[in-house]
Amino acid sequence: MRILRETVAACKKPVLLYSIGKDSSVLLHLLLKAFHPARPPLPMLHVNTTWKFREMIEFRDRVARETGVKLIEHINQDGVKQGTDPVNDASKHTYVMKTLALRQALAQHGFDAAIGGARRDEDPARAKERVFSLRGAGQSWEPRKQRPEPWGLFNTRLAQDETLRVFPLSDWTELDVWLYIRREGIEVVPLYFAKQRQTFVRNGALLVRDDERVPLEPGEKLVPKTVRFRTLGCWPLTAAVESDAADLDGIIAEMLDTRQSERAGRVIDRDPADSMERKKREGYF
Amino acid sequence: MKATSDERAAAAGAAHALAARLAALETRDTLRFAMCGSVDDGKSTLLGRLLAEAGMIPDDRLAQMVRDSKTHGTQGGRPDYSLLLDGLEAEREQGITIDVAWRYFGTDKRAFIVADCPGHAQYTRNMASGASNAELGIVLVDARAGVQTQTRRHTAILAMFGVRRVLFAVNKLDLIDYNHARYHAIEQECIKLAQDLGVDAADAIPVSAINADNLVAHSPKTPWYTGKPLLEYLETVQVERKVDEAFALSVQWVNRPNHDFRGYAGTITGGRVAPGNEVVVLPSGRLSRIARVIGGDRDLESAEAGQAVTLTLTDQIDVARGDVIADPALPPDVAAQFACHLLWLDDAALLPGRRYLMKLATRVLGAQVTEIKHRIDPDTQAHLAATRLVANEIGYCNLSLDAEVAFRPYQQDRRLGSFILVDRESNATVGCGTLDFGLRRDSNVHWQQLDVDRVSRARIKGQAPRCLWFTGLSGAGKSTIANLVERRLLADGFHTILLDGDNVRHGLNRDLGFTDSDRVENIRRVAEVSKLMMDAGLIVLVSFISPFRAERRMARDLIGESGFMEVFVDAPLAICETRDVKGLYAKARAGKIANFTGIGSPYEAPESPEIHLHSDRESAAESAARVVKVLID
Ligand SMILES: Nc1nc2c(ncn2[C@@H]2O[C@H](COP(=O)(O)OP(=O)(O)O)[C@@H](O)[C@H]2O)c(=O)[nH]1
Repeated sequence: MRILRETVAACKKPVLLYSIGKDSSVLLHLLLKAFHPARPPLPMLHVNTTWKFREMIEFRDRVARETGVKLIEHINQDGVKQGTDPVNDASKHTYVMKTLALRQALAQHGFDAAIGGARRDEDPARAKERVFSLRGAGQSWEPRKQRPEPWGLFNTRLAQDETLRVFPLSDWTELDVWLYIRREGIEVVPLYFAKQRQTFVRNGALLVRDDERVPLEPGEKLVPKTVRFRTLGCWPLTAAVESDAADLDGIIAEMLDTRQSERAGRVIDRDPADSMERKKREGYF
Repeated sequence: MKATSDERAAAAGAAHALAARLAALETRDTLRFAMCGSVDDGKSTLLGRLLAEAGMIPDDRLAQMVRDSKTHGTQGGRPDYSLLLDGLEAEREQGITIDVAWRYFGTDKRAFIVADCPGHAQYTRNMASGASNAELGIVLVDARAGVQTQTRRHTAILAMFGVRRVLFAVNKLDLIDYNHARYHAIEQECIKLAQDLGVDAADAIPVSAINADNLVAHSPKTPWYTGKPLLEYLETVQVERKVDEAFALSVQWVNRPNHDFRGYAGTITGGRVAPGNEVVVLPSGRLSRIARVIGGDRDLESAEAGQAVTLTLTDQIDVARGDVIADPALPPDVAAQFACHLLWLDDAALLPGRRYLMKLATRVLGAQVTEIKHRIDPDTQAHLAATRLVANEIGYCNLSLDAEVAFRPYQQDRRLGSFILVDRESNATVGCGTLDFGLRRDSNVHWQQLDVDRVSRARIKGQAPRCLWFTGLSGAGKSTIANLVERRLLADGFHTILLDGDNVRHGLNRDLGFTDSDRVENIRRVAEVSKLMMDAGLIVLVSFISPFRAERRMARDLIGESGFMEVFVDAPLAICETRDVKGLYAKARAGKIANFTGIGSPYEAPESPEIHLHSDRESAAESAARVVKVLID
């Protein structure tokens, strides 16, 4: 809450990057608390890649309605015209519909601070990320220009064309996030909970078919399985795990003895371990 | 199929175990520690191994580590646990760690936040971020080398940043054959070092990161070691959580959704607060009472240090971001001048007299270092004379702020006693430090209350005091135009004075040269003199190249926005060079004058001068007329 308040107090035009996932749900909850009884004095931005699960979009629209926080949706129309394909060219799809789209949206609205739910524990490449991460012109990330943050004293001064990415959950772990959701009774997208869903296997990943855009290939067939998701993204890029965890306690129990990292479920991260840093330089986070 | 009673019992047992675990997780505390060591002491290996042994690394990451060890490990293909921690591409390529990395892990007893501080040349700067929030410091010691200069440095910095407990992890014990006598000698040396540096509590553990000795279980190779293995030590070590007993909150955000509600949001830095408590608002000193304490969306009966809350008061008084609301029985001090420790972070040196922005808790204001009392030798803690501080140096300084602020000494309260300095031009965080005590200079050297003031002196002259600050390249026409302006003003019956850069350097400033710190002092004196002359009611014309924005900003700040007019005498360098009235450009081109503005040193043009003259396009008389017109209007 301290970080959210600092962002709003010190920046001219902040925005919440709302990805509909559990981290975003936590951020939004904190935001409502930090500014109560006022409504949070900033909008939320959802970069829609057009391949999100339908349940995610329904959830998003309901949350926006119930909280009264203004929702801005951005879709990269160039990408839609070009027609990107998450199935056959995942990295290009992510770059055009997510990375580029986010840059477009931030520049178009002139936001000087974008609050995101990324955590340092997600990946070794994020371990050195600042809470207030400085982006230069074109939203590039320059490791050398990052500012020290002793005592959590954040320097929020910006030159023209510079912007900030703010990560209030930097010091949280995945377990902290779930424990907090449980303690505060925060609602999350039902896709996190185990349920019988129609699945098929492609390139070793267990996928849940959310719409008809991806035809099944010979040899693939839909099999009903009890599965859930640990992270949520574009449905053809997000692998499900077989699980019986149908409630929060189940999820936490599973996490306590799971042996897979959260990102193992993201199909795009299967490239070399360095790819996170490259994506970051390009402005993915 | 129906579940058998055995199965049902097992399920109930599992549910019970989970509930117990969840309860433990909900109540476990968090330990923040900083981990430091010189390059190659085995810090990354130790941390990586500890996490892996404690079952904290997921299988897919372990598998990747084992794969990577074959291609770029340092263990000849055997698992290299330090790879679990490496992140940035650049760092892997160079094989070094360049910045503090944050690691997170936990057991049912405790959660851990680790500031993993790299040990190479930039260590001081990096350790500052890591040590600033740490409750415990772990210093790696190579068992073959024992206590070294670096060990001393790391421990000294931890002590300076208020880390009250230090653990020495004596690593690579395999390389001294687990020799007890040798270990014992190092242990004694470490504990003595910590005591000498004023650390409250110190311990040592013998480990071998490579062989996982004494990390999570007692090693059979060190039967003589009776203390706890590292993980258990971390789970159980008691650290003193220094928070001030008296209530204080630094206001971050004033919450005004409508006319009926006015709340002050912030995080409590010390003590406890409840509705009905009397409070004082600092620095104004106004008193009021707490009406409501709001945490999230509900009213609380009370709240304590660390909680982010919103307070409302019973009186309508003026409270702004940066003010401190506190217990009037034990309020923070208020001062505008401080003695402080300052760690310099920027590649450009700290110059006394230059103006920076300071951030203390939620307050941001102008600040300058007025004096460097001494620099601290990192190896011996000796006090050395210094006129500037370069990156990674620590000095003991006097700091002067533009206004009073509420604070507490750092050793009492980390939040209200720490600050960063920000450069006004580059916006970089250039320094950070800890406040020691307030200097009562303001109250000792009382301002002489003067009966006749600037306004009355100026009134009998029928004018308003002003400072016209002419800046531009040598040969741009500053002196010519300033002279003309003064003659016009005199003719019209105004009282003026002209300060010319060259002339002032022959008298008042003849002790100053052209180093960066002398330049700052040069401008400071001229600005102070201008201010005195304005107090005398005069119109002051200053003709100085003053090439740097920061210097002119300092002059503007000293003199005050309302009386200051920046006059930019603008002409292209090529034209100034052909004019070359004093033959200086020729000399500079011939290499006889170093750092000559325009040739060896940059001229930073004003961004928004009050008056912008183009001396290559209009005559000196036309320019002068424009200045006079603006002044009289
Ligand atoms: N023999 C031995 N070598 C070790 C031990 N711990 C680390 N090393 C080696 O010391 C070197 C430096 O280790 P590293 O963890 O990269 O050091 P860092 O620079 O402090 O992070 C590597 O070659 C390690 O294999 C140990 O306990 N015993």
